Amino acid sequence: AAALGTTDEPTSAMSAGAPRSLASSGQKSIQDICHPLSAEESALNPGSAADTGLILPNGTPVDTSSLASSSSLLNRLQLDDDLDGETRDLFVTVEDPKKHVSTMETYITYRVCTKTTRTEFDLPEYSVRRRYQDFDWLRNKLEESQPTHLIPPLPEKFVMKGVVDRFSEEFVETRRKALDKFLKRVADHPVLSFNEHFNAFLSAKDLNKRQGLALLTKMGESVKYVTGGYKLRARPAEFAAMGDYLDLFTQKMGTIDRIAQRIIKEQSEFLMELREYGPVYSSWSSFEEDLHDPLEGVSGCMSNCSSALEELTEDMSEDFLPVLREYVLYIESMKNVLKKRDQVQAEYETKLEAVVFREDKKPPVPSDVEKCQDRVECFNADLKADWDRWENNKRQDFRQLLTGMADKNIQHYEKCLAAWESLVPLLQDKQEAEGETS
Amino acid sequence: MREREMQSRGTDMPTQERKLLLKKMEISVAEAEKRTGKNAVNMQETYTVYLIETRPVDAASEGTNPVPDSLWRRYSEFELLRNYLLVTYPFLVVPPLPEKRAEFVWHKLSADNMDPDFVERRRVGLENFLLRVASHPDLSSDKIFYSFLTEENGWKETVFETGFQAKADSRLKALNATFRVKNPDKRFAEMKHYGDELQSVISQLLRVRARAADRLYGVYKVHGNYGRVFSEWSAIEKEMGDGLQSAGHHMDAYAASVDDILEEEEHYADQLKEYLFYADALRAVCRKHELTQYELEMAAQDLTSKKQQREELATGTIRTFSLKGVTSKLFGQETPEQREAKLKMLETQIEEGEELVKERNAECEEFVKSAWVDIERFKEQKDHDLREALISYAIMQISMCKKGIQVWNNAKECFSKM
Repeated sequence: AAALGTTDEPTSAMSAGAPRSLASSGQKSIQDICHPLSAEESALNPGSAADTGLILPNGTPVDTSSLASSSSLLNRLQLDDDLDGETRDLFVTVEDPKKHVSTMETYITYRVCTKTTRTEFDLPEYSVRRRYQDFDWLRNKLEESQPTHLIPPLPEKFVMKGVVDRFSEEFVETRRKALDKFLKRVADHPVLSFNEHFNAFLSAKDLNKRQGLALLTKMGESVKYVTGGYKLRARPAEFAAMGDYLDLFTQKMGTIDRIAQRIIKEQSEFLMELREYGPVYSSWSSFEEDLHDPLEGVSGCMSNCSSALEELTEDMSEDFLPVLREYVLYIESMKNVLKKRDQVQAEYETKLEAVVFREDKKPPVPSDVEKCQDRVECFNADLKADWDRWENNKRQDFRQLLTGMADKNIQHYEKCLAAWESLVPLLQDKQEAEGETS
Repeated sequence: MREREMQSRGTDMPTQERKLLLKKMEISVAEAEKRTGKNAVNMQETYTVYLIETRPVDAASEGTNPVPDSLWRRYSEFELLRNYLLVTYPFLVVPPLPEKRAEFVWHKLSADNMDPDFVERRRVGLENFLLRVASHPDLSSDKIFYSFLTEENGWKETVFETGFQAKADSRLKALNATFRVKNPDKRFAEMKHYGDELQSVISQLLRVRARAADRLYGVYKVHGNYGRVFSEWSAIEKEMGDGLQSAGHHMDAYAASVDDILEEEEHYADQLKEYLFYADALRAVCRKHELTQYELEMAAQDLTSKKQQREELATGTIRTFSLKGVTSKLFGQETPEQREAKLKMLETQIEEGEELVKERNAECEEFVKSAWVDIERFKEQKDHDLREALISYAIMQISMCKKGIQVWNNAKECFSKM
């Protein structure tokens, strides 16, 4: 992995002829590779194992479903040992949010700490301050420079003023966690983590200068990938399945978002009534003698329950909804990557057809068609690997999200339970005392 | 209030214990049925009748377990019974009937009197009413009450024969007394004020509770939508599918659980409603006191003026303005014979007046004494019952929280297996 070349030009991997540098990821990460005897394998790769019966030394079957050149085969032999915890050599955290007030604007910065043994970095440790804008810049740069990869999502850019307080502790903490997750995902990615813009983001004292420079020198690169104008006849089943899945998944996310919002609304309205209900017991107690304490007790209990419910509602707004929305944004960018892939394949197929129909041109196949073919294969490989990574992350994310939702509800009920349970003996004690005296 | 509780309360009063009807007889309102018939204006109507079952206590304990005596009564007959008791025992806080129409409903409950849930809650309320009357030291020995429970036919006629309707105070008379009474017993004035406040606060409580119940219903039911979407989502997932699907089922269970929760809360609301109506009964006793006090004051005032008239007539001085005084000034004074006659009449009137004042004074004192005893009894009962109600409300909330924790733990387990 250390031999993954220089930090410039991941696109150089796409040039023809030279032995492929290992800029693109293999088919699977080491952790996702199943035991050869495992039944899961065939389910995850429909049709591929059956094709050749070839098994690579690491246990993965050779996927020969696409037109493979020897060089791209070599690519897939590379293991993603970056994901192996023992050999991880890049650690990134986002911490310590601080508010900056200037005459022009007020904004939050976060400290980004890096620890690394990679030679691509001049120093082993970095500590820089970055604001949301900078993260946004990084993500855009990654999308531009790594168009064959799925770039992790950022928390939402815009927040409705008046609805959410951009400077509240809760909001800032939610954002910090999401930004931290974003950087960790990039750092864990075998290709993205070596991106020069990522390097700059983590290390540069003054990002703005680098932004400008990067823009100038890298302007050319992204243009290479914009291959507009070719029509793809049919998306291969594998990627069509991805596209379909993303569409359905987006729908479900939208539905869940709406349900969560509705619940929050109903809970808020219930909270309003509860806030009125409790005090009535209090005003009742004011003209009772024996019943004074029990009624006050009930009022106090309801006040506790109100606070617990308010916390639950806030947590759902701040922690649950934003993650759902991140995923919806994420999926939009993923669909774009799928479209770009279609474009690349379309270009290849069109050029190939043009060659095939010209009878005077026999093999060797012209170099630019070969170039296209390589691009297709690399794109497909990158995308598949990233897709698997995405599926894993998605599963973890949603497991965490939904478990968190369950936890918050449990905590809410536990608070209420404690309040009511502590009230009952108080009510009953009085009763016994009464029984004795009367 | 359950029968056993009623009976145990009876043990607080040792001497009257034996008098309590409830000690001798088991009473219950066992069933409700729909009937159709012709009403007063000869139109078809549908109404509900309730089955009152009675059985001597001894029989049950002997183990013979005979079939209970039973008869059917409709709500209007209960109302008639209560009105009779109100008029006949104005110094007692007469137990209230369950509400005539469903009030303080939240959206799911039907306000329809024919709705089976309403009928069932009314059945329970009517039974409660009978048990309360039967365990009251004074009311339980009333003959009309006894025949209400035991004589199906001709009971109505029997009630009317008592002529209680004629004894009822007119609203106007009562209102008049309330405004004009000068010296009501302070304790009764305080009690009336308490009754006002109690009625006001319980009304408010019931109103807000109903709104809160409506909202809570919404919160739970929307979670059911998670069930559906998790199911749909699980269909497009591989590893995550099972966990999502089962979690969805738990969300459905959560949504469904609110129905039982709110039904239990209705019981609590009914307990509050009983005391809402009790507040009215309490105020009625206080108003009756004002009336008797006012009538005493009127009689006393009348007596005083008569005495004054006598004095004036005897001494010849006119102190009070009277038409007679004016006319006699204008048209000349009366003859001695006329004066003599008048004096004699006045003397008789004064005698009668003194008798009346004595009578009314005794009435008033008697009323104050008996009423206050019952008010104290009522206070104790109220404190006990409402405390019990609050305890059971707290227990209800505890149960609801425990159920919630369980469901979300189940869902959490499913999520963690995703």
